[in-house]
Amino acid sequence: MSYVKGLKCRECSRPYPKHALYVCEYCFGPLEVDYDYEKIKHALTVKEIESRPHNLWRYRELLPIDGKPTDGLDSGFTPLIRARNLAKVLGVKELYIKDDSVSHPTLSFKDRVVAVALSKAKEFGFDTVSCASTGNLANSVAAQAAIAGLKCYIFIPADLEMGKVVATLVYHPILVAVEGNYDQVNRLCSEIATKYKWAFVNINIRPYYAEGSKTYGYEIAEQLGWRAPRHVIVPCAGGSLITKIWKGLNEFHKLRFIDKVETKMYAAQASGCAPIVTAIKENSEIIKPVKPHTIAKSLAIGNPADGIYAVGVVKESGGCAEDVSDEEIVEAIKLLASTEGIFTETAGGVTMGVAKKLIEQGKIPRDESIVVCITGNGLKTQEAVYEKIGKPIKIKPNLSAFEEHIKGR
Amino acid sequence: MAINVRIPTPLQKLTKNNAEVECTGSTIRELIDNLEKEYPGLKERFYDEGGRLRRFINIYVNEEDIRFLQKDNTPVKDGDEVSIIPAIAGG
Repeated sequence: MSYVKGLKCRECSRPYPKHALYVCEYCFGPLEVDYDYEKIKHALTVKEIESRPHNLWRYRELLPIDGKPTDGLDSGFTPLIRARNLAKVLGVKELYIKDDSVSHPTLSFKDRVVAVALSKAKEFGFDTVSCASTGNLANSVAAQAAIAGLKCYIFIPADLEMGKVVATLVYHPILVAVEGNYDQVNRLCSEIATKYKWAFVNINIRPYYAEGSKTYGYEIAEQLGWRAPRHVIVPCAGGSLITKIWKGLNEFHKLRFIDKVETKMYAAQASGCAPIVTAIKENSEIIKPVKPHTIAKSLAIGNPADGIYAVGVVKESGGCAEDVSDEEIVEAIKLLASTEGIFTETAGGVTMGVAKKLIEQGKIPRDESIVVCITGNGLKTQEAVYEKIGKPIKIKPNLSAFEEHIKGR
Repeated sequence: MAINVRIPTPLQKLTKNNAEVECTGSTIRELIDNLEKEYPGLKERFYDEGGRLRRFINIYVNEEDIRFLQKDNTPVKDGDEVSIIPAIAGG
C-alpha cells in the first residue's frame, strides 16, 4: 500500500514520477516526496501507532516506501531522556535529550535514513548501494548493506577519525578514502552517480532517504505525550535533519496527532564550518560555501545541500542560530557526559554547546520545554577528547599504593 | 584545444546526449553564452529570469567551486576542465 503520489520539485513544484531521481530537470531544485495526506489520515491514528513495535517503521504510512519495510527493523525509537541534572546546571525547567547515540545498529541517527534508503533501493531493484559520508552514514550504509546482502561502495574524506573508519571497514564494504574534504567527496560521487547505476543513498535516493529523518521528530512528539516541544536545537551539516524534524512535527499537526506546533528551531554548527549559521546571522538569502576546519568532522560540510531550507525553517519557526569553537565543543561533550551519562561525538558537543550558549544568552527561555538533539556516539570520535579528560591513576597492585593516591580527595 | 565541459544528466538532452562537450570563452559567463549558440536552451537552465545563476547549480573550474573564485566572471582558458553539477546532494 503506497501513500506516495510522486516526487515534486521544492523550487518550481514540477511533478515527477517516483523513480530514482533527485533533481529537477528544469531548475535543478531538489525533489521531494509528495504524499497523499487524505489517504494517510484514514489509515493512521495515534492508537494504531502506539500498538506497533518500537522502531521507526511505526510511522510507515508517512515514509516513502510502497511495499513492506525490509531494513532497519530495529532502528529508531531511541530514548527521550528527561535531563534533570543538566537542567539544574543550565538553570532550566524542562530539558530533554533525544538520544540517537544509542541507535541500532550503528549508534547514530543515520540508521533512520539508511533504513528507508535501503528499503527503497530494493524496491527499485538496485543490487549495489553507495554513499558519500563524513563517517556516520558510512557506518550505517556498510552495516545495513551487510545485513541486506547488497554490494556496497563507501566514499569518505581521507582524514576521517579512526573510529569511523574502523566502524565502516568491519562490515567489509569497498571503502574509498578520497584525498579531499567532504564537499570534494560529494562532488566526485555526484559524477560517479551519473555514470554507475548504483543506489547512492544521499544522491539519487536522497528524496526518499531524507524522509527517514522525520521519524526523529515524530518520536520527540510521541515521547513527550503527543505534543511538540517549544524549543529544539539541531546540529546542521547538510541541513536536512532540521528541515525534516520540522516537517515531521507539522505533519503530525496536519494529521491532528498533536496541537498547533509552536516550536522554535535552532541551528547549531561549529565555528570552523558554519555556512548555515552565518546566513541566518547575516540574514542572507544565499549560503556562502566555506572550507571547513573543525574537529566536528561529521558536520564539516561547507556547501550544504539543504542550507537554504534549514535557514528557512529557523526563520519560519522564530528560532535562531549559533556556533561554537572546538574548545566549547569539547567542554560540552564533557558537560553532557558528567551530568547525564551520555557520551556523544563532536556533533553532539556542537548541539550541546550551542544549547548552553543560547540559554545563557537568554535566547531560549528557561521555563519552557527544550529538546537537545544528540545524534551520534562519542566512542567514534575519541581523539577529539582523548587528551582533555584527564588520565587514569596508575598504581602498584597493593592497598597502600591505592590509599596513597586517594589521600586528601 | 578548447575547454572541456562536463554536462550533467538532466541537460544531456540539450547536448545531443553528450556528457562532455568542448567550447571556448574567456569567462564562465562567456562560455555559457557560447554553449547557448551551439545548444539552444541551455542558458535558461543556468540562469533564472532575473539573470542570476540558479542557486542549485554548482559550477567547478578544475575542481574548484566558482563561488570561491569570481563566480561567473571566473576566467577560463584552453585546457581547463569545467564541471556542471546540479544540487550537490549529500549530508
